[in-house]
Amino acid sequence: MWKTIKRWYHQLGSPRYFYRFCEAVLPWLVPVSLALLAVGLIWGLVYAPVERYQGDSYRIIYIHVPASSGALMGYIAMGVAGLVALVWRMKMAEVMLKALAPFGAALAAVSLLTGALWGKPTWGTYWQWDARMTSMLILLFLYLGIMALQNAIRDPRQAARAAALLAVVGVINVVIVKYSVEWLNTLHQGATLKVVGESSIDASMKWPLLISMAGLWLLYAANVLIRARTEVLSRERRSGWVRRLVRDEEA
Amino acid sequence: MFDPYFDSVAAFIAMGEHGFFVWSAYGLSALLIVTNMLVAVRRQGRVRAEIARQARRDGARTSPKAGTSSNSVESNQ
Repeated sequence: MWKTIKRWYHQLGSPRYFYRFCEAVLPWLVPVSLALLAVGLIWGLVYAPVERYQGDSYRIIYIHVPASSGALMGYIAMGVAGLVALVWRMKMAEVMLKALAPFGAALAAVSLLTGALWGKPTWGTYWQWDARMTSMLILLFLYLGIMALQNAIRDPRQAARAAALLAVVGVINVVIVKYSVEWLNTLHQGATLKVVGESSIDASMKWPLLISMAGLWLLYAANVLIRARTEVLSRERRSGWVRRLVRDEEA
Repeated sequence: MFDPYFDSVAAFIAMGEHGFFVWSAYGLSALLIVTNMLVAVRRQGRVRAEIARQARRDGARTSPKAGTSSNSVESNQ
């Protein structure tokens, strides 16, 4: 087990190997994620029953929850990448840190927008400065801050170090987002999907939700791989293997 | 379970009076997500074209001895 992890760390840590990994994975990752997303959303929007108290506005859940959880998971991944970049100075961790940010920021924005549009018919307000919503807004700002840092500093390795520090420190906000509905008195409802224990959502709504969640997370993964591959090419542009690659593609 | 929940297309679009909220939520989400994917793909194409252009320029200047100026270290540091 440990050996496998170590081998993966070193292989995927090599830009060239990582590039080949992307070539192998992306051609099926994109179609699979789109198919799952289509099944989950059509199921949720057309076939799933209505929610007793909230009416059809609850159908926003099928994008709101996948986007919110995706934004949170993406941030945790950035925290891990940031830690690896800071401690071991691993090149690929810096690349991942950069690749994870833009789609995560988009998902955080989707979460806030769809949440507001769900809040209006359900709570009677688009926005409230309560713990869940405020911490989610901070998550968006953290994403944007990391992207700004990466673009503001010329030297990519220095930029990565600054961004990594912010990513690691910001993980505390993810904890606040997660537990804000349990520890604090918020307008936002508690979690209905639970990894441990019984979910408080009916199976007829849970399955389309889980499927669209899987779809959106995989699409995030595809987006990250595309961005990381671009970053690898850009950083390694002077190396022999990138030149040979480009030459072979031209021929 | 596998009968559509709505009786008609009109009812589907109306979403029980919540159509505006549901459809603007999905519309905005699609806009953000699709734009993000397209930006990522287009950036990749731009970087590849740039590298190919550079390679052609270098190839014109020196004889093709690609790979000799390699600083591609197979380490991850």
